[in-house]
Amino acid sequence: MSGYDRALSIFSPDGHVFQVEYASEAVKRGTCSVGVKGKGCVVLGCERRSTLKLQDPRTTPSKICKIDDHVLLSFAGLNADSRILIDKARVEAQSHKLNLEDSVSIDYITRYIAGVQQKYTQSGGVRPFGLSTLIAGFDTNDTVPKLYQTEPSGVFSSWKANSIGKNSKTVREFLEKNYVENMTEEETITLAVKSLLEVVQTGAKNIEISVMTPTSIKRMTNEEIKVYVDKIEEEKKIEAEKKKPKSRQA
Amino acid sequence: MDIILGIKLNDSVLIATSKAVTRGISVLKASDDKTRNLGDHSAMAFTGESGDTVQFAEYVQANLKLFSVRQNYELSPKAMASFVRKELATSIRSRKPFQVNVLIGGCDINKETPETSLYWIDYLGTNVELPYAAHGYAAFYALSLLDRHYKPDLNEEEGIKLLQLCNKELSTRMPIDFKGLRVKVINSQGVKEYDDLTAL
Repeated sequence: MSGYDRALSIFSPDGHVFQVEYASEAVKRGTCSVGVKGKGCVVLGCERRSTLKLQDPRTTPSKICKIDDHVLLSFAGLNADSRILIDKARVEAQSHKLNLEDSVSIDYITRYIAGVQQKYTQSGGVRPFGLSTLIAGFDTNDTVPKLYQTEPSGVFSSWKANSIGKNSKTVREFLEKNYVENMTEEETITLAVKSLLEVVQTGAKNIEISVMTPTSIKRMTNEEIKVYVDKIEEEKKIEAEKKKPKSRQA
Repeated sequence: MDIILGIKLNDSVLIATSKAVTRGISVLKASDDKTRNLGDHSAMAFTGESGDTVQFAEYVQANLKLFSVRQNYELSPKAMASFVRKELATSIRSRKPFQVNVLIGGCDINKETPETSLYWIDYLGTNVELPYAAHGYAAFYALSLLDRHYKPDLNEEEGIKLLQLCNKELSTRMPIDFKGLRVKVINSQGVKEYDDLTAL
């Protein structure tokens, strides 16, 4: 045992803070979340852990949470840690509005959340948040969609589309290949669902989607998501059909 | 000498507040808003020590908002009134209490049939549910009119008429110009705001 992974505030001789790297490991094991920006909309999606047969589904909190009327947050990593981080963000959002009259900007709340995460990598007696977050929303009186990511180290970055959590690399590569500028709301949702279907096996039942526009937040129902899933699967089938006859002829 | 009035009607609540800000013998402003919305279906009007009023109202507003974001559930007007009463009751037992009197009007949309209610709360922490209410000097003139003309099944239009009656009486009796009344109408659809009673 080297001992450099014991205390948080200690570097290893080659410059690593192991606890922070372990936190990123927890993120990689968390269920996947994606965020996609379109024209005048942002879509957040995530894989939903299916509830057990005898479990009350109301008690399992969603992985897409409201921070304020104009900010949504989705995360990957330790569910238990998320409750603390989300609550801190919610309190800050209201406190900001109380003190300054304006609602938080998406940039501000991202900096704040990343700031909290950073603090937990440099203080004594604590461990880092095992969380990466995707923060989506609109600034007040603005129609430009915003999408940010934060990491356990406290790093934050802005994206057109991104994914975090399990298989996030596969999903990100898919998004890189298929992202186009100025997508309509429907196209944006389709891309988000399609990218999630790359890694979620059981289809609509285990996908959760929230759509934001400058004036509204809409949580899609299972039925609404199913429409998109069915359409995507239909397209895939047609695509496969197209390829088949050629190979037969040859 | 601010005026705040509230009337509960058959399916809505009216809240009327004077638009003047006065200090000593001067009127400083003629377009003041002495109300804050506490949720999608409730509003609070306030009077009292200037400074205390807005500070308290926005503090309550922020806390109720935080509650609704955390729980994904908006409190009923009754629960909001209880919260405000408790805050004032705690405050009066502190070193520097808030000197604020409020009226809370709201519509509970989670009931089987949406239920409107009006609460009168003073700085001592008294909370009463009433069909019509007023704070301060305005109460002396308005309450007698409301006693005479109020009926529980008044509709919005009749309620506005009654407010106009109060406005006329207050304009003639109050020693300084209160610059008209701003009106909020709260019903199951939400909160509607009107800049001036006379425009209705």
